[in-house]
Amino acid sequence: MKSFDRISPSRRRVLTAAGALVASASLPRFSIAAEDRPPIGTWPAGSEGSSVFIGISVPRTGTYAAQGEDELKGYQLAVEHINSGDPLIKAISPKTKTGVLGKKVEVGVADSQANPNTAVQEQSRFITENKAVLITGSTSSAVAVALNKLAQREKVLYVTGITGSNDTTGKDCVRYSFRQDFYGQTAAAAIGPVLIKTFGKSRKAAFMTPDYTYGHTVTKSVNDYLTENGGWTMVTNQVSPLGAPDFSSYLTNIANSGAEILINVNWGHDAVLSTQQAKQFGILPKMKLVIPYQTPFLAKEVGAETTEGVYAATDFWWTLEDKYPLAKMFVEKFQKKYGYRPEWGAENAYMQFAMWADAVEHAGSFYPPDVIKSYEAGRKIPSFVGEVYWRAADHQLVRPVVIVRGKAPKAMRNPEDFWEITEVLPGAPLMQAPDAFGCQLGSYT
Amino acid sequence: MITWPNFVSQCFNGLALGALLALISSGLTIIYGTLGVLNLAHGAMFMLGGYAGYVAFEATGSFAIAVAAGSLFLAVVGVLMERVVIRYFYSRPHEDQILVTFGIGICLVELVRLAFGSLSKTVPPPSWAAGISSLGFMFYPTYRLVVVGIIAVALLGLFLVLYRTRLGLIVRAGIEDSAMVDALGIDVDRVFMIVFGIGAMAAGFAGIVNAPVVSLTPDMGDAILVQTFVVVVIGGVGSFTGAILGGLISGEILSLTSMVDPSYSGVMLFAVMTLVLMLRPQGLLGTRGRT
Repeated sequence: MKSFDRISPSRRRVLTAAGALVASASLPRFSIAAEDRPPIGTWPAGSEGSSVFIGISVPRTGTYAAQGEDELKGYQLAVEHINSGDPLIKAISPKTKTGVLGKKVEVGVADSQANPNTAVQEQSRFITENKAVLITGSTSSAVAVALNKLAQREKVLYVTGITGSNDTTGKDCVRYSFRQDFYGQTAAAAIGPVLIKTFGKSRKAAFMTPDYTYGHTVTKSVNDYLTENGGWTMVTNQVSPLGAPDFSSYLTNIANSGAEILINVNWGHDAVLSTQQAKQFGILPKMKLVIPYQTPFLAKEVGAETTEGVYAATDFWWTLEDKYPLAKMFVEKFQKKYGYRPEWGAENAYMQFAMWADAVEHAGSFYPPDVIKSYEAGRKIPSFVGEVYWRAADHQLVRPVVIVRGKAPKAMRNPEDFWEITEVLPGAPLMQAPDAFGCQLGSYT
Repeated sequence: MITWPNFVSQCFNGLALGALLALISSGLTIIYGTLGVLNLAHGAMFMLGGYAGYVAFEATGSFAIAVAAGSLFLAVVGVLMERVVIRYFYSRPHEDQILVTFGIGICLVELVRLAFGSLSKTVPPPSWAAGISSLGFMFYPTYRLVVVGIIAVALLGLFLVLYRTRLGLIVRAGIEDSAMVDALGIDVDRVFMIVFGIGAMAAGFAGIVNAPVVSLTPDMGDAILVQTFVVVVIGGVGSFTGAILGGLISGEILSLTSMVDPSYSGVMLFAVMTLVLMLRPQGLLGTRGRT
């Protein structure tokens, strides 16, 4: 169940050999460079040829497969745009001409199965065999945390894919990793006030939580906010394994719990199945559904009649195109190539590559410590949701949180018009201090 | 969260969940019990039955036709699988049988993914079984209640075919001493083909009957295959009645543990399986020494 898109390794070997030849010809100059900059990670080997390699691991099978494919499409579009010098990439990374520092970007794709061990194995291979200068991908925070550790150990840059856990840029943060999507804590701070305003104070809530770092941290953040600020009570928390084949026993507990609000933290197909079955059991629409961390394609899969009136916090929704010109360009180009409007997984992926290109161009080198310092400089970067910037202390992007509400089926203007944007909240006021979750980034070298 | 209403509700939910597990496990155990082949493609066949039914439902809008299509398509797939691949593996070691069926399973899953993508597909229940019924102590999805009835009838039918007919007699004789049955002029080869077809059909039937309860994804068979194995091990490998008992017990374990601590319900299932393996290695209704 693994697939590799290997791009002509033999050609690369030829290029590496050629690179080595050039290197030996200009030995004196190189030995000086080596003195103040010893090789680190895949540098300089990974960027000596005319191309650089990026290792991508996304789930293409299992519970998060649909979301992984969307994410992958975002990466692929970004690479195409970087290599061709598309105006959209140039708008985000103004120094980009074609490629990154003139080098063509090549990628290898592996199926992580949303499994940390598999992801680490595949990325280790991309690092040792392909001399990857960047690794990316995750549609599970468990994978993101594992790849954080790999990146720091191997001294190879990692830009995360989808990961909502507080741990990713919190207690498990590392110098070599950068996250674009927000903390679960930030999602809670954004959607909390909306929930209290909409449903009132002192409500009883049932939680559904996937049993790993993302689920536990998001549930805690949301519950803490609602308890402290709205006097809400968590009457039950149904923790289930990733990829549970049936949710009936969890839902039976919820049906008997006396809850008024169902807060579903499940993600991917787990979110789809648990929501569908909650409807079968009559829990929905009797209880009000809330989705703190929105799942791409959820509304499409469960149907607009189920998501009608449901509040969710998300990174991106395509109707932001009405507000932001770059979002409009992105949605148009993506839809033209793939035949549907991008979900936030694709947006997240595209932006991560674009911002990496920007960081490298500004650093003027692929030398990892330089690239990291370029990220940490905190430049304002134009994005699909307005200007954003990196927070140096925890490598978290400061970006808005988008609050959406499910549209009624009859209010939809086209088959993909599931959500109405109710608010775009600036990120900075929502975010806790960078060290609140114990982030210590570690060393550059 | 242990309250009296919730306890009764969970006991009932365990029964309904257990019935589903029993049905899915029965096909697996029929094939293993008669042919001695552990069919690791069973989860994929279960999934394929759902998708075949989905295609038929989209084309005709009839749930009955979807059920017939899902079952029959899998019967054909089963017979083809047996004729083209499996029959060459009867005399080979179990490891080879496991590897080849596992491989077939992966192929089926990826073919379905190629054709339908990773986004889930849904088959609605028939209109007369949609909605929720009140049982007095709880509300329960009407279709799940209907499923319990459908499964009971299906399991009874399977039981009668395999244990009360001439075919069933030959099958069981074939397992004990296939050379002797052959010598008596009975075509064991053909009987084995039919049994594999029936086992596959049971998986397909379970897949489409279960489809309105879940949403279909190419990987849906993986998680269920694991639970199915637990059911078969608890009930007794190769025992048809054991699959039913194991299914019901597993359903109750999953449901009742979730009441105490939901994150332990999966763990508890394996704990009970371990206990059974220690105290009664052949399973609750299994026969010692039978392979």
